[in-house]
Amino acid sequence: MCLGIPGQVVSLENAGGLRMGRVRFGEIVREACLEYVPEVAEGDYVIVHAGFAISRVDEQEAARTYQLLEEMGQLAELDQTDTDTEPGRDDSTDEPR
Amino acid sequence: MGEEKKRGVMPGEACPVPVLDHKQIVLGHGSGGKLTQDLVEKLFLANFSNEYLAQLDDQAVLEVNGSRLAFTTDSFVVTPIFFPGGDIGRLAVNGTVNDLAMSGATPRFIAAAFILEEGLASDDLVRVVDSMRQAAQDAGVLLVTGDTKVVNRGKGDQVFITTTGLGILERPVKISADQAQPGDRILLSGAIGDHGMAIMSRREGLEFEGPIESDTAALHTLVQAMLDVSTQVHCLRDPTRGGVATVLNEIAARSQVGMELDARSFPVRESVKGACEILGLDPLYVANEGKLVAVVAPEVADAMLERMRSHPLGREACCIGQVVAAHPRRVLLRTEIGGTRVLDVMMGEALPRIC
Amino acid sequence: MKYLDEYRDAEVARRLLEEIRRVQRRPWVLMEVCGGQTHSIVKYGIDDLLPEDIELVHGPGCPVCVTPLELIDKAHAIASRPDVIFCSFGDMLRVPGSEYNLLTLKSQGADVRVVYSPLDCLKIARKHPGKQVVFFAIGFETTAPANAMLVWRARQEGIENVSVLVSHVLVPPALEAILDSPWNRVQGFLGPGHVCAIMGYREYEEISARYKVPIVITGFEPVDLLEGVLMAVRQLEEGRALVENQYARAVTREGNQAAQKLVSSVFEVCERKWRGVGPIANSGYRLREEFRSFDAERRFEVAAIDTQESAVCISGEVLRGIRKPHDCSAFGKECTPAHPLGATMVSSEGACAAYYLYGRHLTTSAGG
Repeated sequence: MCLGIPGQVVSLENAGGLRMGRVRFGEIVREACLEYVPEVAEGDYVIVHAGFAISRVDEQEAARTYQLLEEMGQLAELDQTDTDTEPGRDDSTDEPR
Repeated sequence: MGEEKKRGVMPGEACPVPVLDHKQIVLGHGSGGKLTQDLVEKLFLANFSNEYLAQLDDQAVLEVNGSRLAFTTDSFVVTPIFFPGGDIGRLAVNGTVNDLAMSGATPRFIAAAFILEEGLASDDLVRVVDSMRQAAQDAGVLLVTGDTKVVNRGKGDQVFITTTGLGILERPVKISADQAQPGDRILLSGAIGDHGMAIMSRREGLEFEGPIESDTAALHTLVQAMLDVSTQVHCLRDPTRGGVATVLNEIAARSQVGMELDARSFPVRESVKGACEILGLDPLYVANEGKLVAVVAPEVADAMLERMRSHPLGREACCIGQVVAAHPRRVLLRTEIGGTRVLDVMMGEALPRIC
Repeated sequence: MKYLDEYRDAEVARRLLEEIRRVQRRPWVLMEVCGGQTHSIVKYGIDDLLPEDIELVHGPGCPVCVTPLELIDKAHAIASRPDVIFCSFGDMLRVPGSEYNLLTLKSQGADVRVVYSPLDCLKIARKHPGKQVVFFAIGFETTAPANAMLVWRARQEGIENVSVLVSHVLVPPALEAILDSPWNRVQGFLGPGHVCAIMGYREYEEISARYKVPIVITGFEPVDLLEGVLMAVRQLEEGRALVENQYARAVTREGNQAAQKLVSSVFEVCERKWRGVGPIANSGYRLREEFRSFDAERRFEVAAIDTQESAVCISGEVLRGIRKPHDCSAFGKECTPAHPLGATMVSSEGACAAYYLYGRHLTTSAGG
């Protein structure tokens, strides 16, 4: 439960007391309710599910973790003969229990 | 027993009335997928078995006094009747022209039957017919006969148009769904999903802004250009309702061959892709009205593509895969990340999902 | 499309697969909780690409599949009324009740409409003041905020001819039901990304600690799923059992506070019956007393309907990850998406349907 697509907020408006916006998905623009993302501004990315933005995309976090993914392959190539288990790289913001 | 089973009769039953799985017709029966196939096989084929119908192509190629004539009919019931890139009238002409063209024939004559709903705005009808006139002129076909009926308000969706077409097949070709051979290359004339998503973009609750227009077009000159390169074109289909996936499955089934496609090779416009993502639809199953799929001998594929790309309706033509002897009747897709998935025929009507 | 395309990158996927192979030493059984994740796994052929001894078991992540038969029959009874415009997400239209599905009812003249957003129901209600608009409010926690907003706005705007038929289900109790089963084989979970975008993942920390299982909150694209598998396998190899957040670009530990607030104003937790599994305590939402006038079950008196599930269907075991779709004798034969016998074949998110649609029954050798 499930189908949530990332899009960029193009414009915001108040429609009868409800915070709405136009969101761009590639070349398509569609209306979505932004009531649940009060912190979102024009230009921000949101995840849209059933016509509602359910979350703001944390672009910094996305860039950081994606960079790690891209680097992963390079490190693996350097360590080709290393058979030890790689120490767990903790990508989470969670405290250990 | 085998014969009875083919006609949908249960063993022991005397009555040869074909049995359909549903008590009532549902929308899915018209969507071009499995339910439609069911209807065609269990009802129509069962009642009208002959060598022409058994081919189950989009047209019938008939031998009459030494000439080969292509003959086809199609009904157009699209809602809304006006949509970005076209209207029901243009669709009605191009659709039938294309069905004829898929046999390699030159389309010549069209007949049109209209079922008009009481209350339809006359201006709308004028627009539709004017559009047909233009489309017929562009396609070089003559509208030679027709019929008009009016039904009570609520009994018809503004206008239904049925067009019947006649063309002449002069080339010595046999282009049919059962002609694909292992080794053949599968070509696609351009980007998929435009028409279906253009229609969706006007349906209530599913509106979006974006440059998606129906790709409705008459493909016969493209086909003739291809046949000028080589007559080793084994199959031609325009992937209308049910999309490319359905059409390829039909060919694989009729020809008893397998297919292997590459998911990365399908051209899809960004706007169509975005619309499909939001609604949870797969472009491979979305209708097209100005594209064709061709299965051709491998040695002519490159030259064929070159020629297609020089034609206005084939600029983005590409090879999407090949026909194989392995896994007959099964169409496999190599996914974007290198995995494998089976591309099945569409179930019923494609519905937007949120799950 | 940004934040979509890069998570379908073939090269990144390849590297993740390599890293998984490098890190993995022992066989592991993982479960992806969400139906959308199942869909993606099968669509991209991820289970094919993973090492053979990493088994992916499909979880109960399909609110469509788990909606009880009685409720579907109630929906059909309501939809059949001439004064009703019955609105639903597309997902529910083909779900069979005891006799029909919404599409067949539509063919019989019922006014059944697909909506993309619950708010569309308000527009329809305003346009047809003489009709009763009923919305089939299904979903996990992901969809609860949208459904809650429909009810909230209806009350605010004084739109009285709208009501909702509620079948909301919650994920954490379902995970507990799976983990409590003596036949459970699942050793690690890919948690539901969009559910957690709303609810955060604090609830999962408690489950992870209590049952000592790693739970990696994961997104839906191939790169997300592969990274999720990698993180889970790493934990298992190292003997750790924590909640990790793979989907950090959309999920925070606290979740969406604004959404949670409105959901708890409109809904309250209750017991729910899961099709194929049975009643699970505190596993669903129902309307709070002050909103009960919008409850379609109350507004339309629908008699209790006696329902019977198919005897051959093993949906319950598939939902709990105990058995796989092709273990079922009816799979692909009497039971197909065209004629689903049970919960997991009814929607394209159900484990059985996902397998069928992407042809697992054709590519796996006989006997699974």
